[in-house]
Amino acid sequence: MASQLINANPVVHERKARSVRQPTSAHDDLAVEPIDSLEVFDHVRDIKDPEHPYTLEQLNVVSEDSIAVDDKRSHVLITFTPTVEHCSMATLIGLCIRVKLMQSLPPRFKIDIKVSPGSHASEVAANRDLLQLSNYHPKIDHE
Amino acid sequence: MAKKLGGNGAARLGFLHQLEGHTDRVWGVAWNPASRSGGAPSMLASCSGDKTVRIWEQQSTVSSSSPSWTCQAVLDESHSRTVRACDWSPNGKLLATGSFDATTSIWEHVGGEFDCIATLEVKIHGHENEVKSVAWNTSGTLLATCSRDKTVWIWELQPGNDFECVSVLNGHTQDVKMVLWHPSRDVLVSASYDNTIKVWAEDRDGDDWRCVQTLAEPGWGHTSTVWQLSFNMSGDQMVSCSDDLQLMVWDSTVDPSEWTGNGGGPWKHLCTISGHHERTIFSVHWSRTNGLIATGSADDCIRIFAEDPTNVASSVSFCKVLEKQKAHEGDVNSVRWHPKDPRLLASAGDDGVIKIWEFEQDL
Repeated sequence: MASQLINANPVVHERKARSVRQPTSAHDDLAVEPIDSLEVFDHVRDIKDPEHPYTLEQLNVVSEDSIAVDDKRSHVLITFTPTVEHCSMATLIGLCIRVKLMQSLPPRFKIDIKVSPGSHASEVAANRDLLQLSNYHPKIDHE
Repeated sequence: MAKKLGGNGAARLGFLHQLEGHTDRVWGVAWNPASRSGGAPSMLASCSGDKTVRIWEQQSTVSSSSPSWTCQAVLDESHSRTVRACDWSPNGKLLATGSFDATTSIWEHVGGEFDCIATLEVKIHGHENEVKSVAWNTSGTLLATCSRDKTVWIWELQPGNDFECVSVLNGHTQDVKMVLWHPSRDVLVSASYDNTIKVWAEDRDGDDWRCVQTLAEPGWGHTSTVWQLSFNMSGDQMVSCSDDLQLMVWDSTVDPSEWTGNGGGPWKHLCTISGHHERTIFSVHWSRTNGLIATGSADDCIRIFAEDPTNVASSVSFCKVLEKQKAHEGDVNSVRWHPKDPRLLASAGDDGVIKIWEFEQDL
């Protein structure tokens, strides 16, 4: 069945070189590394876009700069940029990001996901839908 | 005369007990209304994402100042998904539980020394998807349920613990999070993801139920999901909590069944309490014994508010009496004051535990 792609011709970016993390020194073995935006980005960069065989990183939907982490307050804020303004996939992308982070981060983290300002025609509605999923998804069981 | 706490001195919320056993988040707690009546021990029901309901009982209060709690029963094999809500009937004999499996179960509390603390009486079907809340009216003759299917159902209790649906209420445009009866009238309120609160009353000729008022913008209303509602002891005021990080207090003095006026509705906005919560307020409860309002939030805190004694204006205002940070290791989903003891507060969280707290304030 033919279905129309929301964005048939996305711009594909080069993947950023992965920076190698320096291992912590021996006497820091017992210390828990605070979680930072690079670590969160590592969890989400390879999520595949719903429509195209590219990752969210390659399509510039998420970047390390669009992630704010406050480890002490256990808070993560990710703003992502859908490839087109009327992207109805925004909710689905947001959900994929949320599910991945819930599986990857310690349960103490509060996760807020929004579309970046100016990137979506119905920004208020899109953010509302993302919030609706945040009310649903973590608190709904799956069989 | 109920003792009013909430003076001007330093306030504390002391941790008393932790009830463990559930293996998933605890959505709600409900004190049995007969707790501490005629020598009966305090009893609590809790419902969880682990698909069970647990009944907890505090041992006799005779010997110790703060006797321990034990889990008296685990009600499983009834619901096939998360149990989202539980509510005791006014005489404490029946427990209604609502589940994501779209059904409501009614349990009869068999007291005394028997093993079986509750037997499943009846399964109620009707909603199309997840049941979010269940509520008994004050006389125990009606049960309200609501669901993500956007409807509110009213059931009448028949002889033999049977239930007959008397009305299906349409009106909300999204998931309905909570239903609650007025403490002295057969008036029902509902809170929804559509940002509104609806007030439902029976027609004069008793034929059907209708929505008498919608508390929403334009005019006064929340700007995001309304999660819970609670009336004060007399029912002349109601408080609502929302994802918009605010509490709103409403004047619910006028009987909606008597309302014939045009424009607006019987109930009015009294005040908004804002600036205290950092994330969604999932739960609010107005104590029937001490006049205080407790909230549970997604920022893991429990907060307590009292009517502002220094307020000299003609309108009503509230001030925050205390903030308990990291009350749970995760969202606080439910807070409930004890029906008789003005000091006790129960809370339930995403961390899967229930906590019993003692409120104290220097005068």
